[in-house]
Amino acid sequence: MLRFLLGRVLVLVPTFIGVSVIAFSFIRLLPGDPVMLMSGERVMSPERHAQIMHALGYDRPLVVQYLDYLGGILTGDLGQSIVTKRPVLQEFFTLFPATLELSICAILIAVLVGIPAGVIAGVKRGSWFDQIVMGIALVGYSMPIFWWGLLLIILFSGVLGWTPVSGRISLLYYFPQVTGFMLIDSLISGQAGAFRSALSHLVLPAIVLATIPLAVIARQTRSAMLEVLGEDYVRTARAKGLSPFRVVSVHALRNALIPVITTIGLQTGVLLAGAILTESIFSWPGIGKWMVDSVFRRDYPVIQGGLLVIAGIIMLVNLTVDLLYGLINPRIRHL
Amino acid sequence: MADVAADNAVVESERRARRAMLAEFWHYFSENRGALIGLAVICLLVLAALAAPLIAPHGPNDQFRDAILLPPAWTDAGRAAFPLGTDPVGRDILSRLVYGARFSLFIGVVVVVIALTGGILIGLVAGFFRGWVDTVIMRIMDVILAFPSLLLALVLVAVLGPGLLNAMIAIALVLQPHFVRLTRAAVMTEIGKDYVVSARVAGAGPIRLMLKTILPNCLAPLIVQATLSFSNAILDAAALGFLGMGAQPPTPEWGTMLAEAREFILRAWWVVTFPGLAILITVLAINLVGDGLRDALDPKLKRS
Repeated sequence: MLRFLLGRVLVLVPTFIGVSVIAFSFIRLLPGDPVMLMSGERVMSPERHAQIMHALGYDRPLVVQYLDYLGGILTGDLGQSIVTKRPVLQEFFTLFPATLELSICAILIAVLVGIPAGVIAGVKRGSWFDQIVMGIALVGYSMPIFWWGLLLIILFSGVLGWTPVSGRISLLYYFPQVTGFMLIDSLISGQAGAFRSALSHLVLPAIVLATIPLAVIARQTRSAMLEVLGEDYVRTARAKGLSPFRVVSVHALRNALIPVITTIGLQTGVLLAGAILTESIFSWPGIGKWMVDSVFRRDYPVIQGGLLVIAGIIMLVNLTVDLLYGLINPRIRHL
Repeated sequence: MADVAADNAVVESERRARRAMLAEFWHYFSENRGALIGLAVICLLVLAALAAPLIAPHGPNDQFRDAILLPPAWTDAGRAAFPLGTDPVGRDILSRLVYGARFSLFIGVVVVVIALTGGILIGLVAGFFRGWVDTVIMRIMDVILAFPSLLLALVLVAVLGPGLLNAMIAIALVLQPHFVRLTRAAVMTEIGKDYVVSARVAGAGPIRLMLKTILPNCLAPLIVQATLSFSNAILDAAALGFLGMGAQPPTPEWGTMLAEAREFILRAWWVVTFPGLAILITVLAINLVGDGLRDALDPKLKRS
């Protein structure tokens, strides 16, 4: 097991170096140099330009600059935002809880709805329930979620007036951020209506973000279920006279869920990509919106740092999924 | 003389075998009702794109100053001249959607062609030569796959400059690793088989072995992945357009149309609803065909 673990971690090292090279070299691909980009429209004398280039270390050889950058990454220094002048990592950690809260709610919706729907569809293969669920799943899978979000806003915020259009909580409420999760913090604060407000802000973006993972999980669960139900041990369990419910829930489901867990893990990338669109639509102050805003503000240190951290998160989650998979399915450990 | 006749016989039997394979494929594909519906919708879309000037009631950029934000024709305030209503600057939405089909299909085709060719070539090289070439290639692909595709495409477009062409290049780049992986895996399973060894013994060079001997036998998963990428490309390009980094206004690209309509969502539902519906229907049709292709080409499922 230890060898398996070490091997998986070691594979990540070259990938992470590659990711850092991309994040580093990306600013070099732009026309002009970083100082010109930072100065923007302002005119700068050649001496002043050279001075800043020297002060920021941009006149050193590229390899030295890269190693310096890599050293910064390892000590947690990702540079400073050009716009807010705050450290990139600090900005990331202020905004990340919002994205995490949204993503957790989305994946919960996707799992809690997707797995039962997939199981029932698989067990009742060919029934009207199966056909309807798979039809909906296919539509969800093909959904342009930015449009789906706008439609939900039209219906629930515009026509019905049930939910607010943007943000995480009404401005009426103010309380200290203990966990960074609005749902939990609003409960801790004990203010009447705060939790309700947080929940009503969260529900639409969470549904939008859950759409594609939900469809993928439902489809995957159904096909895993179909495969497992054809196995000999399921037939044996049936032959022993176990109730159909016990056969499905104990014998079949446990094995069918193994590939589904991998699928859930692989949704992290989908969730973070979806967060870019969802957070933009609902003005949700998380890292997806932060990245889009930075692209438009040409805040290069933030784009660089954000790329790096997001890729790092995805790699870590994929590693965890790999390890979990090795834990629940010992057959693959030796590969 | 006898040789020529024998050659002809071989060619003839090959042709017959190919026809039989196609017939078998069609038999399985046509059993899938969803796939047939998807195929029909795609054919209609292609027709609409090709014959856009004949079908669209107006030009995509014609502005009618007396018809701003007009609702669809079936509502009370609508006019028959504008079946799906007009947008905030008085352009006919139906006409823009019909012309927009050209962009979406074009984007899908270009992205898939770039990603497929690049992916197949790189994957063939990696799977055929193995060793450090393979390691370097696969690590680079891992790096690309470590980013959420939309984020990488967004940043790439920001570097290259917003626009449809750059968006297509960026999307092709982020979709390519899937083709590399599939091709490489397929090559690695095929390369040890007898027919490849016999071709090698017969003196076939590496290029011939790669392209003529091995590649045709790896096509099934690549075709399925290509349809998936086709719909992904359309979705991602629309998303980039929606974020303002894809096709630029006044291009009647569906995602860009949505971006322009965003501020009117609570006043005029039709400017938002129809472009998104067009994206959904197109992507859905392609995915239906993709599912059908997968079932028809996957020998594991054929027995059931």
